[in-house]
This record gives sequence, structure tokens and C-alpha cells, in this order.
Amino acid sequence: MASLMHYASLHSENPAYSFSEASTIPHSEASAGPRQHAFYPYTDNGGSTLGITGETFAILAGDTRSTSGYNINTRYEPKVFRIGDDDSSPIVLSVVGFAADGKALKERLDTIVKMYKYQHGKPMSVKACAQRLSTILYQKRFFPYYVHAILGGLDEEGKGALYSYDPVGSYEREQCRAAGAAASLIMPFLDNQVNFKNQYVPGSGEGLSLKEKPREPLPLDAVVGIVKDAFTSATERHIEVGDGLQMILITKDGIKEMFTPLKRD
Amino acid sequence: MNHYPQAWGRPRNDVYGPYDHSYTHSAMPKTHTQSPAVTGTSVLGVKFKDGVVIAADNLASYGSLARFTDVKRIRTFAPNTVIGFGGDVSDMQYLDRLLQTLEINENYLSSSEHSLNARNLHTYLSKVMYKRRSDFNPLWNMMLIAGFDEDEKPFLASADLLGTTFSSPTLATGFGAHLAQPLLRRLMPNDEESVKDVTKEQAVDAVRACMKVLFYRDARSMDKYSIAVITKDGVDLKEDEKLENQSWAFADQIRGYGTQVN
Amino acid sequence: MPGFDFSNHTRNAALHARGVPLPKATSTGTTIVGCIYNNGVVIAADTRATSGPIVADKNCEKLHYISPNIWCAGAGTAADTEFTTALISSNLELHSLSTNRQPRVVTVMTMLKQHLFRYQGHIGAYLVVAGVDPTGVGLFTVHAHGSTDKLPYVTMGSGSLAAMAVFESTWKKDCTRDEAVKFCSEAILAGIFNDLGSGSNVDVCVIDKDKPTQLMRNYIKPNERSKKERNYKFQKGTTAVLDQKIITREEIGRYVTVHEIAGSDSDSGSLVVVEKMDVDDQP
Repeated sequence: MASLMHYASLHSENPAYSFSEASTIPHSEASAGPRQHAFYPYTDNGGSTLGITGETFAILAGDTRSTSGYNINTRYEPKVFRIGDDDSSPIVLSVVGFAADGKALKERLDTIVKMYKYQHGKPMSVKACAQRLSTILYQKRFFPYYVHAILGGLDEEGKGALYSYDPVGSYEREQCRAAGAAASLIMPFLDNQVNFKNQYVPGSGEGLSLKEKPREPLPLDAVVGIVKDAFTSATERHIEVGDGLQMILITKDGIKEMFTPLKRD
Repeated sequence: MNHYPQAWGRPRNDVYGPYDHSYTHSAMPKTHTQSPAVTGTSVLGVKFKDGVVIAADNLASYGSLARFTDVKRIRTFAPNTVIGFGGDVSDMQYLDRLLQTLEINENYLSSSEHSLNARNLHTYLSKVMYKRRSDFNPLWNMMLIAGFDEDEKPFLASADLLGTTFSSPTLATGFGAHLAQPLLRRLMPNDEESVKDVTKEQAVDAVRACMKVLFYRDARSMDKYSIAVITKDGVDLKEDEKLENQSWAFADQIRGYGTQVN
Repeated sequence: MPGFDFSNHTRNAALHARGVPLPKATSTGTTIVGCIYNNGVVIAADTRATSGPIVADKNCEKLHYISPNIWCAGAGTAADTEFTTALISSNLELHSLSTNRQPRVVTVMTMLKQHLFRYQGHIGAYLVVAGVDPTGVGLFTVHAHGSTDKLPYVTMGSGSLAAMAVFESTWKKDCTRDEAVKFCSEAILAGIFNDLGSGSNVDVCVIDKDKPTQLMRNYIKPNERSKKERNYKFQKGTTAVLDQKIITREEIGRYVTVHEIAGSDSDSGSLVVVEKMDVDDQP
């Protein structure tokens, strides 16, 4: 604490010079030379997350490896969290990037959702929670939470809902989204397998008149298969992904958590 | 006296010349701890079936100088939580005083005996660390918190200067993360599920073996160390252990670094 | 002119000054080790090659041939380790022919360090040189700047600390062949599972004084990929085709000589599987 108090006391102890400009220049900015940046307040803890929605469910998944540089911090540090009251809240948040910010963000959102229920006597809707999360992120616009968040749940109609965020609060509702270290490996796979991008109906026409394969909601077992394959493949080709796969499934019957081991090299 | 109250009682420009403002602008930017000064190296921690072992050597370095050779980097917190500190020693001493204050307040305020377990302490410390990093005024430490959680199960977790936290059956900070962790992990092939199969003796032996490897290969380490074994019966802290049975068998065959033969 | 071509240096320096980044080379993040035993020497390596955080090759070979009884394990920039060892291997063969003597490990080590020192670390080859010669057993490390070291057990690469920790806690003097293989493979495994730059399989090479050199490619395979959950075979016609052109064999025969390959599978036609890959097993 010593250095912190020193900072505060310097201002008050500055002599009030007879020349007005002297006291108006803040001490730290008046100092000559460039500011040093030996301390960098962020780090990247690696890993990847992904979310997919179906007609009546949403699934959020993340690997459980935490890294720093070429080291594995731990093989089990979950990135997917339940938000709000454990029994009634159908909201799940995944965070990937700087783990300390991710944890702080998760705890803030969790408190807000709990307070909402306490104050209003009803659980917060996923839509409202999504908007609130965006606000939280933007409040730290100039010292951002260094995370890529994905929020999942069931909307007012009982349909699967998924919202993805950038670190400063821009957000969008989507069918599927991959985030984190291996996002660029997983996302094209999801585009192709979930939204059938680059797939056409065979024999439906010649050249440009070929019909795109129509998007249809996938059944749960297919989605779980896609999630597992996405992570086993990302583990093969990205060094920061591996160790374990945590999946949280949200349906009208409640929330189910699943765990599958991944390769540990 | 003139009608500029600001100037009353101050040196007059027309007599003493204009005030030299360069005095108020220091050449250096205002700094918090931007880099550590006196530092401790690795801390090791291993869970076993009924507790946790934690160890750190007794050296505090000043850059490459082995400055203080009898610094206790393992601190206890009643009833049975132990914290091992790596990184800046002055920040460690600050945190130690903070924890002592917390301990005294706890003893005054709570009706029962002790209410803070290792997990509570870890949460508290990680919030302190995260707050300080968010103020750009970090406490330059990496620490391991060892003890028991609310279910009386062994607890081991780390907190660092960025507020990052993680938990694992074996942990090591600093150089130990590179050298000791690979050896310690061999005790736990199935991670958390293996903890129940590891005895106190196995855990202590593994930690002592790692302290030796660290002394061989970490240039900021020494052969005197502290080791604490935390069980439900309390903390067994030894602060003056010496590395034994070092092997220098490789040394006698070495001649030069290349073509030299004798 | 023999040697490197520096004609693009000025252009590249100008591009670099304007913020064009250097192209990313494949680096073998790597754990490599070596250990002497009572009648020879063992070297070992993992098989992961990386480009930044991406795995470029899951089963690359980091043990390089120098001469029948001298082998090299390489870490650092993949191209540099390959070309440097190939160059020294070639020069050593000529040297051996002209002197009419068996090549020596110290010769390899000296040629490597002189070559690397000349390039002041710009050739990013970090090597473990091992072998037997008429003077006995040799084991060295050579750093990219040209420094060398001689020890009974050595490690290099990003996993060198993990591997060295294993040696420091388990190595014994005057060990047997099997013990040395065990030390080396355990050291590599420590790198594979604890260092993100290392992964996949363990390659081991045993060079004995009295036996032919044994290269044990994929000696341990602890990271086999599990079966995929789903089938990713697309129905024929799924991919849009804007244009197609059929070139007959007769047509292409005008430019190149066409050979029919006998004994190939029925459906793959003239596809020759040189090295079998994961995708070949797909249903």
C-alpha cells in the first residue's frame, strides 16, 4: 500500500507555486521522457470455446487447459459457467482469453443476474442478460476485459439462444460461434457442418443456378458429435487446446454438464 | 505586498529570477513497482491423500546476487493454511502483514474459533492481486495457497501478479513450472483422481527430489529450503532443511566442451 | 557462387522497415535429448513441428543422418536443421573418402560449430550430435551461435527443461543400452506432455560401438487420435462446379510419358499412396 498512498500524498504536498501553470500540470504527465511499460496487465491463457444452438437446446463447450507461454498451468480449469440461480436460471456463459478478466466478468454477471431475481422476483431473461453483458463489457471500453465471451440459454419461446461478444461489448445473436485460440480452425468447420455453407443440393442445377443445401435445425446427438469432433481436431492442430472437454447443455428440462478427455500433449 | 495573494510569502521573480520548474518535473515517470527488486524463486506444492506438501528455498536474490540466504518464504495462517511466496520479497512482507491483520480481525470478530479456510484465503488473495493489477500497481508475486477446503479436502491453488488463478494436484511457480512440474505430474497420472493414491511420504519425497533438481539447474536457487506438510492435525513446518545426497557423478568424465581430451 | 544468395537483402530490409512482417518459418518447438551408455550413445526426439501455435507436422522426423555411426537431433528452424545436417553429412562423406578414415564425431561437431559461428546465429539450428568413431563415443550439443558442450546427457529445445529434470532425477553413471533408451524416452515423454512446443511420438536412435545403428522411428506412440464421432464424406455433387475440362490420357501423353501403375486399388484408380495418412482410413 505504501506506494499507492505516496501517489495520493504527492498531489497535496505539492507547493502552490506563485505561477499558475505549475500547479495545473498533473505531476505524472509533467514528467519528461516516455512512460515506461514494464508491467503489462494482460496475459493469454489459451484454450477455445464454442457454442451451437438447436431448435430446443443450446450447447456451450470449452477445453479445460490453461496455458501460459509453452507451459500448461493446469489441465482442468473450466471456461464454461452457469450464471445466476443454479436451479431456475437457464443461462450459461463461456469466457476465453485472459482468465483473470474472464473470472471477474463471470462473477459480475452472476451477481447481477442473482440481484435481478432478488429484486424483481423473476429470473432474468437470456435476452436481457445478453444486453446487460454487453453494457458491462463496454463500461470498460478503455481498459477492456480481454475475453471473448459467449452467452447461451433458452429464449422466451423456449428456443436455443446464443450470443457472442467481442472484448468491448459488440454482440450478436447467432446459431453457432467458436472463440479463443482455435476459433479460426473451428469456425469454418461449423459454417460448413451447422449452416451447410459451401454445400449444394446435388443435381439441382448447373453452375451458378445450383441450389444451396437448405439449413435445418440439427438434432442433439449430431450437435454433440460436431462439438466433440471440433475439439478433437483443434487439439490435433493447436498446441494450446487439449486435456479435457467440458460441455454444458441447456434444455427445457434443465442444465446438464458433460466431460470428455482430450489428448494431453 | 501586492494584490496577488498567490505570490504572498514567496520568492519574488524580480528579486530571485523566475522559478526553475525543472525541479518539479522529475526525469523519471511516476512509477509503481514496475519490476521486482529482491526476489524469491520457485515454490512447489503437491496434494496427497490427506493433505498438502509445499516447499520453497530460503534465498532472496537481488538480481543475480544471492543477497539474503535465510528468508522464510513459507508463511502459515491459522489454523492450517500455508502460503508460499515467489517474486518480490517486499511485496511478500506487505501481503504477510495484510494476512496477519486479517487473522487478528477474524479472531476478534468471529464467535467460533477460525472460520477462514485455504479456499477463502485464496479467494481473498486473488481479489487483492486482481485489484492491484487493475490499478496498474501490481504486487509482484506468484504464490501457492495450500490447506483444506470447506469439505475438509486437500486444497492447492495459485494466484499471481495479474490476478490469474488456477488449481491443480501439483503446482510450481517460476522456474519450478518448467523443471519441477513435469516431475511432480508423474505422481498424478490421472490428475485429481490420483490424489487419493499418493501418500504423504511419496509427496514429500517427490518435492525433495524436485528441490534438488531446482538447485542443480536454477541459478537463482540455493540448497537450504523450507518445507511444510499440512494435514488435519496441523502444519508441520521445517524452515532449515538442507539438500542431501547431491549427485555430481557426471562431472568427473567431462573434459572441455569440444575437442579437448586431457 | 556457392553459399547463400543475399540479393534480396536490401529489398527485404526496406519492406521490413515499412512494417511488412518476416515470413514465419516452421520451427521444431521440440524436445531433443541424448545420453551416453557403456557401449554407445542414444539420442531421441519428439515428432511435433509447429508454426506459431499451430501444429505444422504431427509426425516429423527430427533425427538426421550424418554418417552410418553419427546422427544428429535438431531443434530450432526446421529448414536450418535439415540443410545444415545435410550439408555437413555431405562434406563429411567427402572428407572421409579423401582421408580414407572413418568419420569422427568431433569432426562433425567442429564442422557444425564453424559453419554456424560464421552465420552469427542467423542459421537457427540447435543440435545434439551423437555417434561412435574409432576414438570412442561422442555426444555434443551445438547452439545456433556456434558454442558447443560435451556432457554424458544433454537436452535441447523448448522442452529441454522438462527433459533435463528427468535426467537430473533419474540418470545413473555407466548405464546399459536399455537404461539409456529408457532415460531418453522418459525425458522426451516429459517434454511431450509438459511442453506445448513438443508432442506426438518418440523417435529413438541407438548407436552402438559393436552393432549397426538402430533408428527406432515412432518407438512410443502415446498420442494416437481417437475415432471421429461423425462421418464427413459428402454426397457426390455437393460442391459447386463452375467449369470443367477433361484431359484425356492421349492428350497429356503429348507432353509427358504416361505409365500405367499396376496393382493399385480399384476405386482410387491411379492414386498411389506413398505414406498412408489419417484421411486414407476414412470410411
